[in-house]
Amino acid sequence: MSEAQIAIPVLKERLQRPPLTPGQLSWHRFLRHRMALVGAGLLVALVLYVLAGAAFFSEADANHVDLSSTLRGPSAEHPFGTDLAGRDILARTIYGGQISIIIGVLAVVLSVVIGVLVGAAAGYFGGAVDNLLMRFTEAMFNIPQMFLLIILAKFFGVEAPSFTLFGRTFSGSVVVIVSVIGLTSWMYLARIVRSSFLSLKEQEFVTAARATGATDSSIIFGHILPSAIAPIIVSATLEVANAILYEAYISFLGMGVQPPTATWGNMLNEAYSKLEVAPWMWFFPGTLILLIVLAINFVGDGLRDAFDPRSLGGRSK
Amino acid sequence: MNGSPVLVSIQGLKKHFPITRGLLLRRQVNAVKAVDGISFDILRGETLGLVGESGCGKTTAGRAILQIQRPTAGTVVFKGLDLTAQRGESLRAIRRYIQMIFQDPFASLDPRWTISRIIGEPLRVHQIGTPQERQARVEELMELVGLDPMFNNRYPHECSGGQRQRIGIARALASTPDFIVCDEPITALDVSIQAQIVNLLEALQDRLGLTYLFIAHDLSMVRHLCDRVAVMYLGTLVELGGRDELYRHPLHPYTRALLSAVSVPDPVKTRSRPRLPLTGELPSPINPPAGCRFHPRCPQATPECQTRTPVWHESSPGHWVACCLAK
Amino acid sequence: MTPAASLLEVRDLVVEFRTLEGVVHAVNGVSFRVRAGETLGIVGESGCGKSVSALSVLRLIPQPPGKIVSGRVDFDGRDLLQLPKAEMQAVRGRAIGMVFQDPMTCLNPVLTVGRQISETMTVHLGLGREEARRQTLSLLEMVGIPNPELRCDDYPHHFSGGMRQRAMIAMALSCDPKLLIADEPTTALDVTIQSQILELVKRQRDRRNMAVIWISHDLSVIAELADRVVVMYAGFIVEETDVFKLYREPRHPYTQALLDSIPHMDTAGPEELRVIPGSPPDAMSLPPGCPFVPRCTFAIDRCQRENPPLSSAGRDHTAACWVVAAKRKPP
Repeated sequence: MSEAQIAIPVLKERLQRPPLTPGQLSWHRFLRHRMALVGAGLLVALVLYVLAGAAFFSEADANHVDLSSTLRGPSAEHPFGTDLAGRDILARTIYGGQISIIIGVLAVVLSVVIGVLVGAAAGYFGGAVDNLLMRFTEAMFNIPQMFLLIILAKFFGVEAPSFTLFGRTFSGSVVVIVSVIGLTSWMYLARIVRSSFLSLKEQEFVTAARATGATDSSIIFGHILPSAIAPIIVSATLEVANAILYEAYISFLGMGVQPPTATWGNMLNEAYSKLEVAPWMWFFPGTLILLIVLAINFVGDGLRDAFDPRSLGGRSK
Repeated sequence: MNGSPVLVSIQGLKKHFPITRGLLLRRQVNAVKAVDGISFDILRGETLGLVGESGCGKTTAGRAILQIQRPTAGTVVFKGLDLTAQRGESLRAIRRYIQMIFQDPFASLDPRWTISRIIGEPLRVHQIGTPQERQARVEELMELVGLDPMFNNRYPHECSGGQRQRIGIARALASTPDFIVCDEPITALDVSIQAQIVNLLEALQDRLGLTYLFIAHDLSMVRHLCDRVAVMYLGTLVELGGRDELYRHPLHPYTRALLSAVSVPDPVKTRSRPRLPLTGELPSPINPPAGCRFHPRCPQATPECQTRTPVWHESSPGHWVACCLAK
Repeated sequence: MTPAASLLEVRDLVVEFRTLEGVVHAVNGVSFRVRAGETLGIVGESGCGKSVSALSVLRLIPQPPGKIVSGRVDFDGRDLLQLPKAEMQAVRGRAIGMVFQDPMTCLNPVLTVGRQISETMTVHLGLGREEARRQTLSLLEMVGIPNPELRCDDYPHHFSGGMRQRAMIAMALSCDPKLLIADEPTTALDVTIQSQILELVKRQRDRRNMAVIWISHDLSVIAELADRVVVMYAGFIVEETDVFKLYREPRHPYTQALLDSIPHMDTAGPEELRVIPGSPPDAMSLPPGCPFVPRCTFAIDRCQRENPPLSSAGRDHTAACWVVAAKRKPP
């Protein structure tokens, strides 16, 4: 049996189609989703607003108290008006936005890390590990999140020290808020990750990897996680909106980030006593919260459709 | 041990899947006895066929031999080492030398990995060579199985079924194994592609000195490809013999029924072949019949067959059977 | 020789599928006929268009994305492709019965098997419930299902694969159709069960003098059942003749290569199998000439340019091949 006979018949076979990775296919689907593109554009605009705005206003401007011009409506000098302490609301929405968004993103990063670790371990190892982790997850689910947020924020909020990041000084309460939100939002993701892992670990390519001698961790991170990433991304994206809202709730209740540091949430809190007198105090931060939550939800919807497994993988044979 | 003709020796292999009941404390009430005690040797350099119908346990047997499913009982001795006693690192290290080719060319390849990453996985897992050496080896393997190495950055979904099966074969060969379990590797392929893959497997065996356990249900292909053939029924072996011997002089009634049921691509011959019909349905592997498992459906069953479990014995040199009536 | 009148005659059938990636030319001008009581085997590999052709006869192609572009399907004097929907539904299950490969997808999982079989008869034959149930029981017994009175009230998932297929056959035969279309019904079955099902079909077909179209990729199964055989490749018919001639003297290079590439159980030995190099063509971009050219050992220039039509390759034997046509000696 000559080697030539193995090679020749097949070397001439050309693989017909141009290479399109599963990632590229998802990207194309995303681009076809109009609301998602609108949302993405809005999101980009808002992020630019809070970042680029810092070029025009310094943080000192945002916190600059001017008791001679309190509660002024929108004017040329203060396009969004001023608040109770005469601080410029426009500048405050810029810097407040930075914090709100940072809190949202960091809280989600924390909850994703916890959720993925818990869900992956439960789904992959099964048995007693799964039982234990899932009972714990369900217990966490049953604790009312707001209640936990309020309690933890109250206990730890005032005591944490400040720290500096990217040239801005953040009060310690930011860390606490991020931790609190992150530690109470991971459960939903854990369940999703667990069910992805439960089904993916039975796939034949996982068995094949095991037959090759791959370690559990290389199977989890190399094979299963990349295929499970889609629902994680969708869930994480939508969670950012939730996290921003939670921050707003806590701050609105006065237990979040403390003034003078602005967040969109505590700006709403300050506006509470002056709802009718100075509507510009709640209008601008409120609208910004609304816009970012909408934008994130549209993008999340688009991502969910883009990752729809029925559209991936080209034609079946 | 190196001179021994036996590469893998399987003794008393069992794989039972427990059936549990209860909410809090799950206790086992019964078991699906997928593989219920099989013993045979696989000789170095041969292709041993393992055939049987659905529910006979042949796929589970293949996986239990490779320790992908850990056996409930029994031993699998590979080159003098009992695989069932290995754990963790030592088992992983042995996997270099025992590999599997899977049935489904679509499901057995990670859809998100490129072809070269898939084929190279065994090399990375066992840390064979430097990254450049691994890439060179991947390209060498692709050529060996008849794939153009230029396409190593493509994805499985861009390939046809036959090409994907070649990728699976290349992956199985990457760590230069001695023993490969082929789990129905051509069943999911088109007829005109099956011959390509079978020829490839044969050529590779000649060139690389491989030993195959070929699990299949296509009896015609098994006759072409295998040196010896083993027949399974409801978790046990009923017959094992040299290819020509088994096909020409089957001893066990089940083997006879199975062989007679096959159609051949010749209208004159196939319409005149005598058929030995099987009555009844396949019993459940949870509660196999007492005595000889085949007796409810056997045209030659005697009262003794209902109570006495047949002994697996060598009826003539190289021809093993488990039947109370075979002498 | 006067040809007997055909029960079913398909002429120049063309079927396409519009997908996001392009148009799939599934069936490209296919013609065949079946006489009363005759069994026609349609053989070919996946993607050759055999299933689509058969499903088109009963207009079971989902219309989008599929489309029967042109052709005629004459059954018992009427063109089925032109029939209004209601009349078509009267034909399906009554005059033409169909059995599919996977009974699980065709049997309703929430209805008992007996109910589904009875339903066919109450709808098509107007039988009352009692009478239909009696007939169902006798059908189940006829197809070899033990304890029909008990099994009648079981759900499909209680049946094994072979028994489900028998139940499907019972359903297909319940209204005594003139034609049975079977699309790979035994492919997923074990060989002993397959053998039993084939015997069952042969018995029923002979008893009722029923015409059968049997679609399969398995040349051994076709050899068991068919009187005439049609070989399909890439949506075209490439050879047609009676079953004995096909296996004894295949004329088309594809048929020859296919027969050489499968081992015979009785004679198989370790000699190398003949291989057909390459793979079947992409149905979205068929070449201008003969679709088998890239894999054919006999291809000549003309084959690349023009797709050969079916031409005579012997008595009552046609093949679509320029080389065969050129070589053919007069009878």
